[in-house]
Amino acid sequence: MSDPIGIQIRNLYKIFGPRGGEFVSAVQGGMSKQELNDKHRHVLGLRDINLDIPAGRIQVIMGLSGSGKSTLIRHINRLIDPTAGEIMIEGQDVVRMPPAALRSFRRHKTAMVFQKFGLLPHRTVLNNVGYGLEVQGMDAAARNEIAMRWIERVGLRGFETKYPSQLSGGMQQRVGLARALTNDAPILLMDEAYSALDPLIRYDMQTVLLDLQSEVRKTIVFITHDLDEALRIGDRIALLRDGSIIQQGTGQDIVLRPADDYVSNFVQHVDRGKVVQVGSIMEPMSASNTNGHAIPEHTTLSEALRQMLSSRLQVIDVNDMANRPVGQLSLERAIAVSAGAA
Amino acid sequence: MTWLTEFPQIDNGMLRDLKRAIDDGFRNFSRSYGDAIEAVFDPLRHFLSWSENLLTDTPWPIVLLVVGLLAWGASRSFRIVFACVGTLCLIGAFGMWEDTMKTISMILTSTLMAIALGIPIGVLMSRSDRVQSFVSPILDVMQTMPPFVYLIPVVMLLGIGKVPGLIAVVIYALPPMIRLTNLGIRQVDGEVLEAADAFGSSRWQRLVKAELPLAMPTIMAGINQTIMMALAMVVIASMIGVEGLGLPVLRAISNQYFTLGLFNGLAIVGIAILFDRVSQAFGHRLQKHRGGHNV
Ligand SMILES: Nc1ncnc2c1ncn2[C@@H]1O[C@H](COP(=O)(O)OP(=O)(O)OP(=O)(O)O)[C@@H](O)[C@H]1O
Ligand SMILES: [Mg+2]
Repeated sequence: MSDPIGIQIRNLYKIFGPRGGEFVSAVQGGMSKQELNDKHRHVLGLRDINLDIPAGRIQVIMGLSGSGKSTLIRHINRLIDPTAGEIMIEGQDVVRMPPAALRSFRRHKTAMVFQKFGLLPHRTVLNNVGYGLEVQGMDAAARNEIAMRWIERVGLRGFETKYPSQLSGGMQQRVGLARALTNDAPILLMDEAYSALDPLIRYDMQTVLLDLQSEVRKTIVFITHDLDEALRIGDRIALLRDGSIIQQGTGQDIVLRPADDYVSNFVQHVDRGKVVQVGSIMEPMSASNTNGHAIPEHTTLSEALRQMLSSRLQVIDVNDMANRPVGQLSLERAIAVSAGAA
Repeated sequence: MTWLTEFPQIDNGMLRDLKRAIDDGFRNFSRSYGDAIEAVFDPLRHFLSWSENLLTDTPWPIVLLVVGLLAWGASRSFRIVFACVGTLCLIGAFGMWEDTMKTISMILTSTLMAIALGIPIGVLMSRSDRVQSFVSPILDVMQTMPPFVYLIPVVMLLGIGKVPGLIAVVIYALPPMIRLTNLGIRQVDGEVLEAADAFGSSRWQRLVKAELPLAMPTIMAGINQTIMMALAMVVIASMIGVEGLGLPVLRAISNQYFTLGLFNGLAIVGIAILFDRVSQAFGHRLQKHRGGHNV
């Protein structure tokens, strides 16, 4: 497996319909999705997407149904051709790759998990999971060995000779996950890869992904409707509405500083105590006495509160990675933030 | 007032000249190229004779055994095996063994040809709407043109015999093969194909690993229809020299031998049912992965 690869998406537009190209300038000029549909019978899929996905990180994409998440992720391996824009990966524009280069890029650089699974119904679990390696030309013995490892890792040992129609939805989704992981590609595209899983298995699969991420860093684009999931695994989160990105940043950015009402609605039910780290809400050092009590800046807010209450502190020092004090947090502010008042 | 009661038609002389010009043209064409075209079909003739001899020369118990085994391999059903062997025994007992073997050989050869031609054409057709709109009307003509009409040029070119008969049968039986291959591939679930693409399948890999297997139920229905249509052509094909069960029927018509016609007709029905059941059972067995829930 090679080094992690970043993805840069620049000025990406997608307008569905036979004459999409003609309306790019109108959309750039501010025509809305509704207007485009009513007047010209074309569907605005994506509008001016600019997104830098850092190498080796998990980028979460969120948004309501129909906001364009699947459309966006399909552009990264060009299952959909954009109407305008570019997608730079390792200095190459995916949009302009000739067919052979695109095929090789898909074989070796990307793997994808599909919202509706996309399994081959006439193949057994084992042969579905080994599909990517088979297409690359690996012989059966070698690919079956790798495929079996991942089948076990997603908890489907014993089902390898079954057909997809003999499995439940959640099991089929894990077959899709194993198929993508078997490819061991540096870029992993996951379109609601966990949406059909029950909460326990879902948590397990999140852990599989995070473990994997600590062993070999992949660049992962992860679509989900579940904010807790997004906050647990996402290094960065982007929010889509009607085909536009309306906010992107870390989970804390989005929870603490929602760009508009749409975003605040998205984040209003989240447990801030578990998400927010003291480093992002601390105040400058002042004279208040902390009696030498200090916590690291990545401590969660609820943990900080617990420590302050048990030690009866009104204020606590916040230290950076090198254990130097960089700020302070007062009990008052800690309570205000966790109650959503700041 | 004749122009009202009689449809204004092209001048008789002109019409005659037109027909003659076309006929002469085609006759000249077949005179100069007939031998060459016949040579092209030589391998086909050899194959036909070979398969016919194989079936008629092999001792009947071995034929029965092989048919039984094939039926078992395709259907895994004792009922179908017994029905097949029983039907053939009955046909043999009524003195039609040799003709039946000739007909079966013909049907198998023409079905193989229809598959070999029909699947590639069907695949091309599924690839592009332009090709589809070009091929569709040709198939309409092939299916509705009375077979007697296209027998004429075939006979002019290749004379009387097995090969022209086979070609006529294939022309008649090919359209459902092409149509259902096209339809089957066009109906394949888009998300599955996206997945095949996303893992970097080449066009060929996508075709043989995803599209054809997923279209297989529809393609099998096409093969089944092709076999049935080939059997329907047996009597007509015998008019231009194809031996087999059709020939006695033809003789029965011209001499008014009702029983002879009936027996041979029933034998054709018998092998039609036999082919139908075996090919359908085979199709079902290929689809065993569809057995579970969520489908
Ligand atoms: N092939 C297509 N032709 C026309 N419009 C399309 C096509 N694919 C998607 N769209 C439109 O693009 C928009 C975004 O669809 P998309 O599938 O990306 O949504 P999504 O965010 O993935 O939603 P969900 O959460 O329901 O999966 C929708 O308005 C949809 O109707
Ligand atoms: Mg989607």
